[in-house]
Amino acid sequence: MAFGPFLLLATFEGLLQAAILTLTALGLSLVFGVMRVVNVAHGEFYMLGAVIAWWVSTFVSSMFGMPPAVGFIAALIVSPLAVGAIAMVGERLILKRLNYNPESTIVATIGMLYIIQQSVLLTYGPDARRVAAPFYYRIQLPWFGYSGYNLFVIAAAAVLLLIVWFILSRTRIGLIMRATQFDAETAQAFGIPIDRVYSLVFAAGAMLAAIGAVLVVPIRQAHYLMGLDPLLLSFITVIIGGLGSLRGTVIAALLIGLSDGIISVFFSPTLAKMISTLLVALVLVFKPEGLFGAKAR
Amino acid sequence: MIQSRQSAVIILHIAAILLLFVLQFVLPDYHQLAMTRVMVLAIFAMGYNMLFGYTGLLSLGHAMFFAAGLYGAGLTAYYFGWSVPVAFVAGIGSGFVLSLVIGLVSLRTSGVAFMIVTMMFAQVAYLTTTYFTDYTRGEEGLVLPQAARSFDLLGVHFDLTSAVLRYNLSLVLLAATVAITLLIVRGPLGRALVAIRENEPRTVMLGYDTFRLKLMAVTLSGTISAMAGATYALLFAYIGAGFATIQYSIEALLFTLLGGAGTVLGPLVGTAAMFYLIDIASSYTVAYMLAVGIALVLLVLFFPKGILGTIRERWLPWLP
Amino acid sequence: MTDKIIKPSSLISRRTTLKGVGAAAGAGLISATAPGFVRYAQAQTSAPIKLGLELHRTGIGASYGRWYERVANAAVKIINDEGGINGRPVQLIVEDDGTDPKRGAEVIEKFATQHKVDLVFGTLFSNVVVGAAPRAGELKMPYLVVSEGTHVSSGSLNRYCFQPGITDVRSQVTAMAPFMTKNLGKKVTMMFPDYAFGYDHRDNLPAAIKAQGGEVVEMIAVPPTETSFTRYLPRIPANTDVLYHVMVGPSVLTFVTELGEFYGSQHPAIFGFIDSIEAVDLKTPQLDFLEGSYFWEGNPRYAQKDQSQWDKLYRAAVGVDDTGASVHDPKDISTYAHMYGVWETLFVIKQAMQKAGYQGPQDKAKFIEALESFDKFEEGRDHPQGDKIFNGKNHQAYGHQNISKVESGRLNVVHRTAIEDGGPQTTADYTKMAL
Repeated sequence: MAFGPFLLLATFEGLLQAAILTLTALGLSLVFGVMRVVNVAHGEFYMLGAVIAWWVSTFVSSMFGMPPAVGFIAALIVSPLAVGAIAMVGERLILKRLNYNPESTIVATIGMLYIIQQSVLLTYGPDARRVAAPFYYRIQLPWFGYSGYNLFVIAAAAVLLLIVWFILSRTRIGLIMRATQFDAETAQAFGIPIDRVYSLVFAAGAMLAAIGAVLVVPIRQAHYLMGLDPLLLSFITVIIGGLGSLRGTVIAALLIGLSDGIISVFFSPTLAKMISTLLVALVLVFKPEGLFGAKAR
Repeated sequence: MIQSRQSAVIILHIAAILLLFVLQFVLPDYHQLAMTRVMVLAIFAMGYNMLFGYTGLLSLGHAMFFAAGLYGAGLTAYYFGWSVPVAFVAGIGSGFVLSLVIGLVSLRTSGVAFMIVTMMFAQVAYLTTTYFTDYTRGEEGLVLPQAARSFDLLGVHFDLTSAVLRYNLSLVLLAATVAITLLIVRGPLGRALVAIRENEPRTVMLGYDTFRLKLMAVTLSGTISAMAGATYALLFAYIGAGFATIQYSIEALLFTLLGGAGTVLGPLVGTAAMFYLIDIASSYTVAYMLAVGIALVLLVLFFPKGILGTIRERWLPWLP
Repeated sequence: MTDKIIKPSSLISRRTTLKGVGAAAGAGLISATAPGFVRYAQAQTSAPIKLGLELHRTGIGASYGRWYERVANAAVKIINDEGGINGRPVQLIVEDDGTDPKRGAEVIEKFATQHKVDLVFGTLFSNVVVGAAPRAGELKMPYLVVSEGTHVSSGSLNRYCFQPGITDVRSQVTAMAPFMTKNLGKKVTMMFPDYAFGYDHRDNLPAAIKAQGGEVVEMIAVPPTETSFTRYLPRIPANTDVLYHVMVGPSVLTFVTELGEFYGSQHPAIFGFIDSIEAVDLKTPQLDFLEGSYFWEGNPRYAQKDQSQWDKLYRAAVGVDDTGASVHDPKDISTYAHMYGVWETLFVIKQAMQKAGYQGPQDKAKFIEALESFDKFEEGRDHPQGDKIFNGKNHQAYGHQNISKVESGRLNVVHRTAIEDGGPQTTADYTKMAL
């Protein structure tokens, strides 16, 4: 393939990767930003979102004979709500009792990771299952073809991002979240129910992961082990963007997605992953606040 | 008083090792094999405990040290035909070098950042083992050749295919690790490490070079973990990239937490308990890791100090 | 203190005991969960022959595992209905290895020392085989794999390892190559998983193609954990005549879908190993582009026009319909191309045990020697995929291969290779190793 089309494909792939990363990292960033909790189970919320999407869309198509688009929309509503509810229960039963102590919550969320993953294995089984895309359209370019749905995912990620940004910066809920993030004790003194904010934020983070999963699952498969890969990558994204900085997360997702997409088209993807992981680790070592984060107080 | 506690500690640990020695005569075959694995993994957990339990640094990357030992010993035995003792030393050596380098770099961070940085370095190490598949055969791994299944040392012939020998070799190494750990944690270095765990700024103020101390802890911990990895490779004759995955880092943490972080025998108790928990759970369900998840959550909620940690808190305050 | 150390295990045994009492089959459960502590009485003649099935119930090999288990159960039922082996019933004991080599080795130990099985069989993924095989050898546990890997025939394992039910990749690939170069083109690009199983393809196909006057123009290795493949596709050179692909794991459907999106209807000839769509429904809408492409199949998924009575019988016994799906669920597609190997392995075990007059573990050496004495298996109920040659020295079976073409969404066999097409057999000789 000639260099031009090669680069075009790499860019598409990079943007898709960035979109998926944004979708998964957004929730992680929110939870860390507001609650200072490193949620290792985040990838499992993503996986849960995909698996529930499979259940909902299969149910809709087999019970009512509806087309895939209806099942997709139903999944887009049901899946985040279900995942959010599960996350909230986990937060109330476990994280709250730990007082959000950083190290204990890491251990607890590792535990939650296994509980969610293995429960899905028990109920849903070990197979990768396909979820039909709401539409199937293949764009034929002179050099290669590309899935129209992939481009839809990129656009959807951008829209979702705008919505989150709007909620955080222009609404009362967002104000409360930002106040809690800035200084939880003072916020509490001003009558903000920190407790409820925390469980809301934790649920919201999980819901964002689930929405991302519903969008992504038609181009991947729903599988009980699918949560591990996005977890590592979204960690990397959140860190390089600066823990808790939304803007940084997005820029980092673009940076990592595009560079990974492009590097791995030209070189071995394993090598690309090695180099990017190493670079990110070194960023964290030499610039612990991330590229865009404020210095930790 | 102090004198009697001192001897109580020594008697207790000797008794534990003796118990393990006697166990091999009463245990059925399967459990003898299982305990061999448990002891090797317990050495790994003891290495981890040195850093996490005593120095208070939570690493999520210890699988890379284990893997360094595994590959250091396994690859030299496989490609250069090094004899078992030499390959064993090579494994420990690679763990020492790796942990020294990783320590130098990652100790610039602390807390959550340290955890994430170690996790990432471990991920790079894992990717490295799969990138160089021409040599490591990646996920598939390598089986050590017949020549690496026996060796002569000081005129004695050792046959590693013998289950009895493997059990006792693991026991000897475990005993050595217990002894080293005891010496360190009851000595000045150990007390300084605990001081760092409890309050690092104050330790600095007292004039300690905490970076140097922490580096020593990382290196010791990494080297012990690598020894476990080298032992694993040579005893069971298989090396593969699976051992470098994050799951093994988590397991070390889990064993330590369950048994009791900051107790000498805790990792051994934790490893044995967890091994059998998984083993038994797996005969009921394919989702045996569910047991791991539930154990972690319950532990962190109700017994944050683990089995021996709780015992020490309630009944035996002198337990090291 | 010593009490405290052993406390966890005593807790556990109490728990399992309670659970066992609660269960209907109390006694059975106890012995299944804590048998290490129960000394078995010496096997009597009426005691069952215990076969350990090491299965990928979880992990990336799970869809194969599910079907391997169904096939094993079906075959064991037939064996038992016919009076078992040497007058003794056969009992299957299943352990999951999670498709993980370390767990695989532990499972072998568990089989040998806790369940005290007579032999272990059924492992598929070659990384697990390679991880478990040395333990099997040292524990003197016969280990009969159904993996296709070239590990057994290459001589890198040990005397206790056999592969009597399925041909190794090396011979499969050698037998396929002439068809590819004659009918599809001379310039071949390979895509394969970047680990053991893929290397068997990487190491053997180029030579086979070259021998036919063709050339492998590009080799693209894909990490087994990869979930997205589009980025690899531009590396396929434009002058490629034949794209040769073989993928495994849960992402295979993503792989073929993305291949279709990339190429549309304008693609080089495609020759795949069925592994790339094993357990995947060919009727999936995005797979239209595979129409007209070719696949290797060990055993043809769709019942063919000239279907043998043996395939009919085997299909019915396992519960697979004429399209390769479960008779209970048309969406549950079998791993039909591979799983016959489990069936045939079980009947080879039966044959060898009969020949050896096998009565118990003390006859293991006789069993191994009986296996090594075989030189062929006739097509029939016990070997529904076809007749096979068996090499007693390198412990590997060699059979016919099928090349199928996708026509109106089903796979029709267009060529069946002769056994000799697999080329010269490897010269490894396990019989020189001590028993």
